Amino acid sequence: MYNPVLLDMASTLQNYKERFILNFISDDRWKYLVNGFFTTIKIAFFAVIIGIVLGFFVSIVRSTYEMNRNDRSKGKVYKVIMGILNFICRAYLSIIRGTPVVVQLLIIYFVIFQSVSIDKVLVAVIAFGVNSGAYVAEIFRSGIMSIDKGQFEAGRSLGFNYFETMVYIIMPQAFKNVLPALGNELITLLKETSVSGYIALEDLTKGGDIIRSRTYDPFMPLIAVAIIYWVVVVIMTFLVGKLERRLRNSDH
Amino acid sequence: MKKFTKLLACVLTAAVMVTAVGCGGNTETTENTETTENTETAGEIVMATNAEFPPYEFREGGEIVGIDVEIAQAIAEKLGYTLKIEDMAFDSIIPAIQSGKADMGLAGMTVTEDRLVNVNFSDSYVTAYQAIIVKADNTDITGPDSLTGKKIGVQLGTTGDIYSSDIEGATVERYSKGFEAVQALEQGKIDAVIIDVEPAKEFAKDNANIKVLDTPFTEEEYAIAIAKDNEELLNSVNEVLKELKESGKFDEIKAKYISE
Repeated sequence: MYNPVLLDMASTLQNYKERFILNFISDDRWKYLVNGFFTTIKIAFFAVIIGIVLGFFVSIVRSTYEMNRNDRSKGKVYKVIMGILNFICRAYLSIIRGTPVVVQLLIIYFVIFQSVSIDKVLVAVIAFGVNSGAYVAEIFRSGIMSIDKGQFEAGRSLGFNYFETMVYIIMPQAFKNVLPALGNELITLLKETSVSGYIALEDLTKGGDIIRSRTYDPFMPLIAVAIIYWVVVVIMTFLVGKLERRLRNSDH
Repeated sequence: MKKFTKLLACVLTAAVMVTAVGCGGNTETTENTETTENTETAGEIVMATNAEFPPYEFREGGEIVGIDVEIAQAIAEKLGYTLKIEDMAFDSIIPAIQSGKADMGLAGMTVTEDRLVNVNFSDSYVTAYQAIIVKADNTDITGPDSLTGKKIGVQLGTTGDIYSSDIEGATVERYSKGFEAVQALEQGKIDAVIIDVEPAKEFAKDNANIKVLDTPFTEEEYAIAIAKDNEELLNSVNEVLKELKESGKFDEIKAKYISE
């Protein structure tokens, strides 16, 4: 093996410059990356919102069921309804967490929306949102369960009803506890959207792939794509960290 | 020392990435460069292909078969090698040849200028054309001229992809696999699929919902891709191709897969 870097620095640099022009400048190829980047961000952003909303409700159902299952004061009707809701949530978690996101994406595109012409960004948002919801639900539930039972009882004895106690006392504390895990999930979600190319959606990864299929140069497009993802993740990590510190202000 | 470690880390990362790319999305056997380098001494010749392209290469009962496979087999026999097939994404074939992971690429590959910059091509062995597939009840699209402003499905990196990107106002959807584009067409998600004629016929054969238009999109020549620095193999492949054409063996292989 010879190392061209050591042999001839100047010609290597020239070579890199030519490849840079070939991969990004000629034919306006950089547009694939820019458009792909915005598509990726669009998918990730809306999927996060769906994921958090879905995860919030599923986690409330799951933890309410867990906390009240041995409570004799609840009526039979209440128990049956909660049982059914809990069953639905558990089925959702099991199916979504038990199958790969690529398969879910393909099922949603080719099976569920079989005979409809639907915007592919929407398909991806649904697929990744529903997928993320399952993970967020369990993250939230771990947060709710981590709050001491005394906090809940204190809320109830202050005259809050169940829902108010959840919203004003349990959730704010739970949210702070789960923030690192939640940030982790957001990062994972952003990177998981890189499989959107499977349904011919031109996201960032696919943009790199298209350039690669035109120039046959794996290095530049892939490294560029990797750097863009990395920068986005670094920014996200920074923002989550900042939020975390703000929430810790009230800690003693 | 610290600098050296950093450099090493960079080199390793790059190496891992290059290897990963070369292997493509669905490589059957993953190999590192060392073992591939040994294959020539072991009497093996590695063919890179994308086995989702009937009748040139496709899977039948777990085996990869097709016109290209038989041609490669004939070449390997004449040159005294055993043939080894690597199945990968179509857009990974040329990088695999460039990096020495495969010796030759047979995948119904058309000679284009962009590709000639990166690899050498043998003499052409088939003249084919890009066909347009539409839904059976479509009367709107009759030929290449009526594709303006339509939604067109193609396989990423194929000539259909490259040429259809020039159609005015058309949206090109680039699928990883040809059959997925056809699936999307059937479901009404796109208006037309542009793909090589033989696979197009093959897709339409067992499918009453779609039809192949008689007017071709473009004409082109298939050839075998070989690494730039391997002139020796290029020459011997050309010789074998000539022999196959003259002896009639080539038409024999073709007739086996394409019934006119």
